[in-house]
Amino acid sequence: MGILNRPRSKRAWYQAFGALAINAWLPNWVTGQIFQGNVKGTCVPVLNCYSCPSALGACPIGAMQTFFGGLRFNLSIAEKKFGLYVIGLLGTVGSVIGRMPCGWLCPFGFLQELMHKIPTPKLRVPRFFSSFRYVFLAVLVVALPLLIVDEMGFGQTWFCKWVCPAGTLEAGIPLVLLNEGLRSLVGFMYYWKVGLLVLFLGWMTVSRRPFCRAVCPLGAILGLFNKGSLFRMAVDDEKCTLCDKCRKDCPVDIKIYESANSPACVRCLKCVDSCKYGAISYEFLGKHEVAEDLRVGNPA
Amino acid sequence: MKRRLPWILLTVFLVLMITGLLLGEYKMVLEKAVTVCLDCIGIG
Repeated sequence: MGILNRPRSKRAWYQAFGALAINAWLPNWVTGQIFQGNVKGTCVPVLNCYSCPSALGACPIGAMQTFFGGLRFNLSIAEKKFGLYVIGLLGTVGSVIGRMPCGWLCPFGFLQELMHKIPTPKLRVPRFFSSFRYVFLAVLVVALPLLIVDEMGFGQTWFCKWVCPAGTLEAGIPLVLLNEGLRSLVGFMYYWKVGLLVLFLGWMTVSRRPFCRAVCPLGAILGLFNKGSLFRMAVDDEKCTLCDKCRKDCPVDIKIYESANSPACVRCLKCVDSCKYGAISYEFLGKHEVAEDLRVGNPA
Repeated sequence: MKRRLPWILLTVFLVLMITGLLLGEYKMVLEKAVTVCLDCIGIG
């Protein structure tokens, strides 16, 4: 296939392009408004706040909570809105490429990789932390918006409200800085979210993509498709020497030789290039690709 | 069987997405997305 050979050596450029393309309405960074075009109902398969001034699309996690939060009210007025569009869109993307958007397009994932380049002592994220993202998904994105509703029958967007540092960084800080009216409304919740953002920024510098691994509900959803998607990773056990070079280079610190299609893998394909034994490969639509052309010291 | 799974998943989720679009869910996402989400920015 080879279609990803050249791009994957320039992944950071794709991540930068992704961040810019998803947030391309740049004049709003001066006016303090948010983009309001008709295309904004299109969910992007990455964590990108729709209240970011320049965001062209909608955040699927925010949209999903809105559907779940409004489900009881909608049912009470016989309105058939179940969130099938968002679930279907994420499932469609996941069925084709799994968690690949996390590794190639997500602005918040890109930020974490950049922050990790800051020279500081590094810490590994304990492995069991990776279960927490399912808890965030099940509790804050699904259960609480459905179960805790006001007198009208509306639930809140709990993940956006209490946790999402992407919303604080991309929308909260710029909108509050640019709008005097919003500044007057700043209170405990705002400081809570800014404090959480600062904690995550600190964690990013010492650990590899900690938010993606321990918190991100979107990564949790897309990761579920890694084992069953058209795009697949493969490890040749006969070639693998367990040298662990792939793990050292992996932005999410996984041992791909233990589980080639782990739900934690963001499919950046860095390991394909890291492996000088050519043990790691990927497959898409029946075509198989090993990074022979990019290998250093090909032992074959 | 395993190689059929992605195609089955793709079909199911495409159908779900199209059903959602036909039910007018795009408009609901749009309405949410074009107003400042006070929860998201820490003011709600």
